[in-house]
Amino acid sequence: MKFSYPLLASLIGLACVAPASAQVIYPLNRAEILAGSKFDLKVEFPGVVARDKVSVMLNGVDAVKALGGTLEFMDKEDGQEASSYLLRNVMIDKAGTYTVEAKAGDASSKVNWIVFDTPKGKMAKNVILFIGDGMSVAQRTAARMLSKGIEEGKYKGDLAMDDMPYMALVSTSGSDSVVTDSANSMSAYTSGHKTCVNALGVYCSRAKDNLDHPKVETISELVKRKQGLSVGVVTNSEIEDATPAGMVSHTRKRADYNDIVRMFYNVKPDIIMGGGSPNFLPKATLGSKRTDEDNYIEKFKAEGYSFVSTATEMRAASQAGATKMLGLFNTGNVDGAYDQKFKKGTTGKFPDQPDLAEQTKIAIDALSKNEKGFVLMVESSRIDKYAHSLDWERSVYDTILLDNAVQVAKDYAVKHGDTLVIVVADHTHMVGIIGTYNDDLPGTTPREHLETYQNSKFPDYKPDANGYPETVDLKRRLAFTFGSYPDHCFDAKPHLEGEFAPAAAGSVKGTYVANETYCTLGSVKVVGNLPTDANSGVHSADDVILTATGPGSEMFHGRLDNTFVFRAMATALGLAKN
Amino acid sequence: MIPISRRNVVVAGLLSLAAFPLKAAAAEVLTFDTLYESFGVLGLKFSAQVLALKDRPIVISGYMAPPLRAESDFFVLTKNPLSICPFCQSDADWPLDILVVYLSEASPLVTAGAKVMVTGSLEIGSYIDPDSGFVSQLRVRNAAYRKA
Repeated sequence: MKFSYPLLASLIGLACVAPASAQVIYPLNRAEILAGSKFDLKVEFPGVVARDKVSVMLNGVDAVKALGGTLEFMDKEDGQEASSYLLRNVMIDKAGTYTVEAKAGDASSKVNWIVFDTPKGKMAKNVILFIGDGMSVAQRTAARMLSKGIEEGKYKGDLAMDDMPYMALVSTSGSDSVVTDSANSMSAYTSGHKTCVNALGVYCSRAKDNLDHPKVETISELVKRKQGLSVGVVTNSEIEDATPAGMVSHTRKRADYNDIVRMFYNVKPDIIMGGGSPNFLPKATLGSKRTDEDNYIEKFKAEGYSFVSTATEMRAASQAGATKMLGLFNTGNVDGAYDQKFKKGTTGKFPDQPDLAEQTKIAIDALSKNEKGFVLMVESSRIDKYAHSLDWERSVYDTILLDNAVQVAKDYAVKHGDTLVIVVADHTHMVGIIGTYNDDLPGTTPREHLETYQNSKFPDYKPDANGYPETVDLKRRLAFTFGSYPDHCFDAKPHLEGEFAPAAAGSVKGTYVANETYCTLGSVKVVGNLPTDANSGVHSADDVILTATGPGSEMFHGRLDNTFVFRAMATALGLAKN
Repeated sequence: MIPISRRNVVVAGLLSLAAFPLKAAAAEVLTFDTLYESFGVLGLKFSAQVLALKDRPIVISGYMAPPLRAESDFFVLTKNPLSICPFCQSDADWPLDILVVYLSEASPLVTAGAKVMVTGSLEIGSYIDPDSGFVSQLRVRNAAYRKA
C-alpha cells in the first residue's frame, strides 16, 4: 500500500508557517491523527486575552461545537501572563484534511492536520514490535559477524531481523530537536505524533506541571479501548524507562517513574516484564523509591496479575496458565546478555533473571490466549545503554539477544500468518567498525595494534548455541569505534569484569573527567569531543533501519518518518474502525 | 591522546580536608558489601552488623558523589565512582546502596569523584533532608572525611 499523504502534507505545510510569538496550536502543524483516536487540542496565546475575544475554528466551525468536550479556558495559565485554550479527550472520526485556526483580536495562526483512516480493516490480528534501543547499523553488522561468522567476505548466516521481506529507513528527529531520545522516539511509535526530548504521550506545551501537557492516545490504550486486544510490554530495562513507558504514559518528563508506574496500572497491559521494582514498593519498605505508601505489586495482584521475580517463577506462572503477569526481575535494569552469560553485573544479587527470548515466548503464550489478538512490544534496551558507556561487546551481545527474541516471534508468525512483526531501533549512536585490533603487533597503544583495510582479517569469534561468543577477549578482535565520547582512558580491550564507565564526576560540579580506574599501562587518555557535562556517548540523528514481515509489512519501504510506524500498525490492525 | 605512564597514575593527596580523627580505633569498619543482608526485588534488609552499629562510631570508604553545592555539610557516599550525576540530570537515578554523610561542619567538597574514608556515627531510619528534600535510610552523622 502506498500513501500519497506525504506530498499533500508538505504542500499544506508550506501555507502554515506561523509568525513569531503567534498562537501555538497542539497537535502541531502536519500532525497525522488516527481517525477515532483521542487527543487534547490546546491553543497557547502569547499574552493574556479575553475569552470572548478568542475564536478557535476547525474547518470553519467553532472547535467546541465540532469536537465536543468541555472548554478549559485559562486566563493566566499557571500564573503566567498568557491565556490558553484547552479541549481534552476529543476525537475526529472522519478521515481528511483539517484546518484549525485560532484568532485573538488581529492575531491569528493556523495548522493543518491529516486525519487518516484504516481503509482495509483488520489485516493483522497481532502486532509484535521489537525495539533495539540505540541499535545502529554497526551493532547489526557486528552481531551478524559474532553470532553467525564470516568467511571470505560472506556471512555464514543471516540474523533473524535481516531475513525479513520488507525494509525501510526511519527518521527519528523530534519536534524540538535534530537528535531524539528514547522517550520522544517511542512516543512517535506508540502515538503517531512527534514530540520533544524527554516527553511521552504528550505535546510539550508551556504547562508547568509535567502531567498537564496536551495528551495523545497510545497504541496500548487504543487497542484495549477499541478492539479489546491484550497488550504486552517486555524489556530488560527498568520497566519505567522511556521505551516501555512509551506504551502507556503521558508525561513531559520520562524521569517521573512513580507516575509512570501508576500509568501502567491505569492502562493495565496484560504482560509487564522488566526491572525497576523500587518504584512499585511503598515508601516504608527499605529500598523503595516511592514517595507514597502505595504498594503497586499488591495492587496488580489484586487485579489478577501473577507477580514473578525470577525466571523460575515466570515459567511456573506460565505453566499455570497465567494470562496476566507482572514480572520485576531486578531493582535496576535486568543484566544484559554478556553479564548473564559470564555471571557479572548484578547477577550475584539477582542470579535467576530471565532471557529476553524466553520472555518473548512466555509473553506470546499468554497474550495469544485472547482470541481477539494482541499487541506486544519487546525491547532490548541495553544495546543503547552499553553504547552510551562505550562498551561495544555488551551492546552487541544485547543485539544478539534481541535477534534471538525476534526469532521466537518469527517462529510464532510462521504458524500464525495474521501476525505483523516489526524490528526497529528508536535512534542511533555514532558507531562503526573500522578494522581489527591485533595484540600480536608490536607496541602497546591501541593505534599500534589497529589493522585497517587489507590488514583487517576476519576475527574468529566462536559463538555458542545461542549465538554468543564464548569469549570476546581474542588476540584479533573487531575495532568497533564510537564517534562521540567524554574524556576517557582507552585500551581497545573488552571489559570482561564489568560494564565500562568511561567518565567519572569531576571536582567541578556537573563536569566529568576520565575514570582513572581505566588509566592503566597501555591505555591512552582520549580527550572527549563532547561538552564536559557529558558522562557518556550521545545519540545521533542518523536514520534507523526497520525490517518487517507479516500482513501490513509491505507498507514499510523507502524512507519514512518514525510516526509512520504507528500509522502502519494502526492500519494493519484496522484501528480506525470499531 | 596522551599515553598513560606509571608516573601520572600515582594516587595523590594525603591532605586532610576536614578534621579527620587520627584515632579511629573505636570505630568499626563497615563496607558497602556488608550493609545489607538481602538485596532483592521486594526490598532490602540491613545486615546484622549494620543494625548492631546503630548510633555507634563507624569508618567506611567509598566515593564522594558530585555534591549539590561546592561547600556543604552534606554529601552522598557511593560504592563505585558515579558515572552519572543524579543531582544534575533529571533522568539519572541513584544506586540503592548509598550512604548520606552529614559532616560535623560545612566544608568545601573538593574531592568529588575521589575515594574517601568517612568516620562518624551510623544513623538508621528514613530521613528527609530539610534543605534538599533528599530521602535517605542510612546516614553517617557528625562525620569527617579524608581522601582514601
